[in-house]
Amino acid sequence: MNGTLWAVIGGMAAVTFAIRYTLFGLGGRLRFPPRVQQALRHVPVAVLTAIVVPMVLLPDGRHWDLSWRNPWLAGALASAALALGTRKLLAAIAGGMAVYLLWRVVFT
Amino acid sequence: MPSCPDRQAASRATELRHGARDTLPLLLGAAPFGLIFGALASASPLGMAGALAMSALVFAGSAQFIALSLLGTGASALVVVFTTLVVNLRHLLYAASLQPQMARLPQRWRALLAFWLTDETYATVYHRYVHDDGAPFKHWYTAGSGAAMYLNWLGWTALGAWLGTASPALTHLGLEFALVATFVGIVVPLLRERPSMAVALTAAVVALAARDLPYKLGLMLAAFAGVAVGVWRDGRQRPQPEEAAR
Repeated sequence: MNGTLWAVIGGMAAVTFAIRYTLFGLGGRLRFPPRVQQALRHVPVAVLTAIVVPMVLLPDGRHWDLSWRNPWLAGALASAALALGTRKLLAAIAGGMAVYLLWRVVFT
Repeated sequence: MPSCPDRQAASRATELRHGARDTLPLLLGAAPFGLIFGALASASPLGMAGALAMSALVFAGSAQFIALSLLGTGASALVVVFTTLVVNLRHLLYAASLQPQMARLPQRWRALLAFWLTDETYATVYHRYVHDDGAPFKHWYTAGSGAAMYLNWLGWTALGAWLGTASPALTHLGLEFALVATFVGIVVPLLRERPSMAVALTAAVVALAARDLPYKLGLMLAAFAGVAVGVWRDGRQRPQPEEAAR
């Protein structure tokens, strides 16, 4: 592993700890205005969706694949249905992976 | 309250144990990801050392997966670190929510509990703090949950890294889909509120439209656009009386 990768790990560790520690460290001397807190509430949905949707719809990173044969799409839809139906994250993950693997075996 | 030191030690140990015990289901949930991360990372240029170092020092599952895929596409160090910042911003919320309980602890406790602050530990500990029974050693409970998550994550990363090095075929089993399945499973239940639906739609459309921007800037752009739309919809939707009264 080269120096750049160590720098990546060090940088990731530093920003992650800074986010988690800043408010604890200040101990009540810093409060976010309600508007900022509201904005932060939307971060998980925005970030996770922005990561997942292109991976699912363009599995090779270049070409759209909206067909029902797309294992990424089939697996993601299965995960979504299970997440809504069972409210169990583990079921959504396991079921989605099973569908994804099945699709890959059958259609590729 | 002057109670005997023995009893204090016992109640610390009990809190520690209960924190770990209550985190157990989440340990099982995190196990496959630790395993997969270890396998994928050890087969990447990070190698065994990088896989273990990232889990030991960063300790943020989703950010680690994303960093791995970014590094795979040749993103620069700065982009990976900045993406980590954005992806982990949600921890600010957890910190803000637990902050009142931290104010009376010494800094080294605050630093330790901050380092161990994950989605899972927050979810566990939050219930303990909401139950306001005046117990004096709740930080030991938090430490129990955090330590359990940390050791669990390290252990599965190590096992995955070992398997990934021993049989690289493991990484071709389609385990990369686990990340998608996890994120879908987390996001979909959150979409029931209407602003969240708008946030997700905006983020998806922008991420697709901007996907060819260099350095994965499309991801950042999509995240900011989604959050902006969420704030805008919040503002339109609710003139909430209890908010105004606060």
